Amino acid sequence: MNDLNVAFNTQKPTPNNVQLLESDGALTTLNLGPTHPATHGVFQNIIQMDGEKIVSGETTIGYIHRAFEKLAERRPFYQITPLTDRLNYCSSPINNMGWHMTVEKLLQIEVPKRAQYMRVIMMELARIADHLICNSILGVDTGAYTGFLYVFQQRESIYEIFEEICGTRLTTNMGRVGGMERDMNERAIAKLKKFLNEFPVVLREFESMFNRNRIFIDRTKGVGGISAESALNYGFTGPNLRAAGVDYDVRAMNPYSSYEDFEFEIPIAENGDTFDRFMVRGQEMWQSLRIIEQALAKMPNDGFQASEQHYVLPEKKKVYESMEALIYHFKIIMGEIDAPEGEVYHSVEGGNGELGYYLISDGGRTPYRLHFRRPCFIYYQAYPEMVIGSQLSDAIVTLSSMNVIAGELDA
Amino acid sequence: MQLSNRTKKIEPKPLNFWERMYLPVIFQGLNITIKHLFKKKATIRYPEVKRELSPVFRGLHILKRDAQGRERCTACGLCALACPAEAISMLSAERTKEEKHLYREEKYAAVYEVNMLRCIFCGLCEEACPKAAIYLQKDKFAPAFFGREEVIYGKDRLVESVTNRAKVGLDQ
Repeated sequence: MNDLNVAFNTQKPTPNNVQLLESDGALTTLNLGPTHPATHGVFQNIIQMDGEKIVSGETTIGYIHRAFEKLAERRPFYQITPLTDRLNYCSSPINNMGWHMTVEKLLQIEVPKRAQYMRVIMMELARIADHLICNSILGVDTGAYTGFLYVFQQRESIYEIFEEICGTRLTTNMGRVGGMERDMNERAIAKLKKFLNEFPVVLREFESMFNRNRIFIDRTKGVGGISAESALNYGFTGPNLRAAGVDYDVRAMNPYSSYEDFEFEIPIAENGDTFDRFMVRGQEMWQSLRIIEQALAKMPNDGFQASEQHYVLPEKKKVYESMEALIYHFKIIMGEIDAPEGEVYHSVEGGNGELGYYLISDGGRTPYRLHFRRPCFIYYQAYPEMVIGSQLSDAIVTLSSMNVIAGELDA
Repeated sequence: MQLSNRTKKIEPKPLNFWERMYLPVIFQGLNITIKHLFKKKATIRYPEVKRELSPVFRGLHILKRDAQGRERCTACGLCALACPAEAISMLSAERTKEEKHLYREEKYAAVYEVNMLRCIFCGLCEEACPKAAIYLQKDKFAPAFFGREEVIYGKDRLVESVTNRAKVGLDQ
């Protein structure tokens, strides 16, 4: 079956060796993007083609640069959460929680187990939503609209659960430093249980459509492959690295938010091509479901916020009645309580890979410097290497299977 | 490469004879579509039918009045300070003796503006308010606008009407 594809890129890449070639009219230059209907998001690829074959390419970034790292230098810690929403907007709760955990690491706040388990549930739901989008859009790009249409109902149910917890669906601003903003109510738990019942059926149907589909396999196997070695050289993480055969997962390697309490497996594949990335994401959704079920069953009952009066907002009722609570409320909102000095790096397993926050605090109300380690930014640099030698339609499939989200490409 | 003991390798079995044919999978996809044709519809007929939003949904802002119909806002500026999008601006004024039935505290907001183009509906203003004055309603959205001058919501559109009280916050 593999011999049907000629596109597998076996050339060993060295970083940054891709440049546009001098052309005397023999090569066609094609601008794939910035607003190309077949790429999902705002990114530009200048591709040089010899007939149907891609011979060279160059990627451009910066089309939706919003200066988040600079903005963060003027914002108190709790106001940076809405900025992280807009990094990978397909799984914003993961970004939110990652940021809260970074700040908690700096402030040395211990979060109660219940809040940690709630965070795990929300993060895994977000991961499912992220992988669903990636896999179903890959289906659309290969011409199978059916799968996309029916799994999106489940993404809708995930967003309804987010709505119950935090009040919005997409740009969630979920959780607070020191825990969650409110406890899980009965409506949220009922919706979560309904989702856990319904989702496996839909996912199985989705898999029955793609996993052993000859047309889909022919279209994706051997397309846009990357070896484990060069993936590591580029700094790949997440599903794209696991598809190449390295089982690096931050949840297992460096557990945060009580991930060590849960049983789950890390699916890996071999070739690092589009089909393997699809399969890894598909299996990860099952593992995420497993984690959610365990977290819901084992959920302790020790409060959803840390009892840390200097950094966690007091209860609203107390603010209206007691003077002490009102003073702390003002101090926290105004950012009057200084953070300790220090440097902190914390990373979480985002929807696309290791999402890291490097925070330097000089002891003030705002970060001195904040850097987001955005996995999509790293994947996108390898993109020209991965598509050279393949055809244009394969380049589109490769881009969507890497799940490069424009919001995470630029910060 | 194995870094942890949780690894699970994905090894799909080779396709059998039927799976290697192209036609059956086309009908398999079609079969799923036809099956869904007879299932319950996922869509609702908006705007006649509206989906029930969660009680904590973050919609359009409202400035609340207290039980006597006086404005709760005391122009402390905490919401403007907490706003990450810098969408809120206000001007405070001192209450005179004749205005005691209008404003709850001695200081009130003479001007209170929310720029709906800047607002990101993060809900931090609601969380910051120590007087239970500003809330994000669950049943109203910011509408679409035709001009930029409509976008800045002043007190005329933000403060709740005395007769038609909104069911948010302490009135819930």
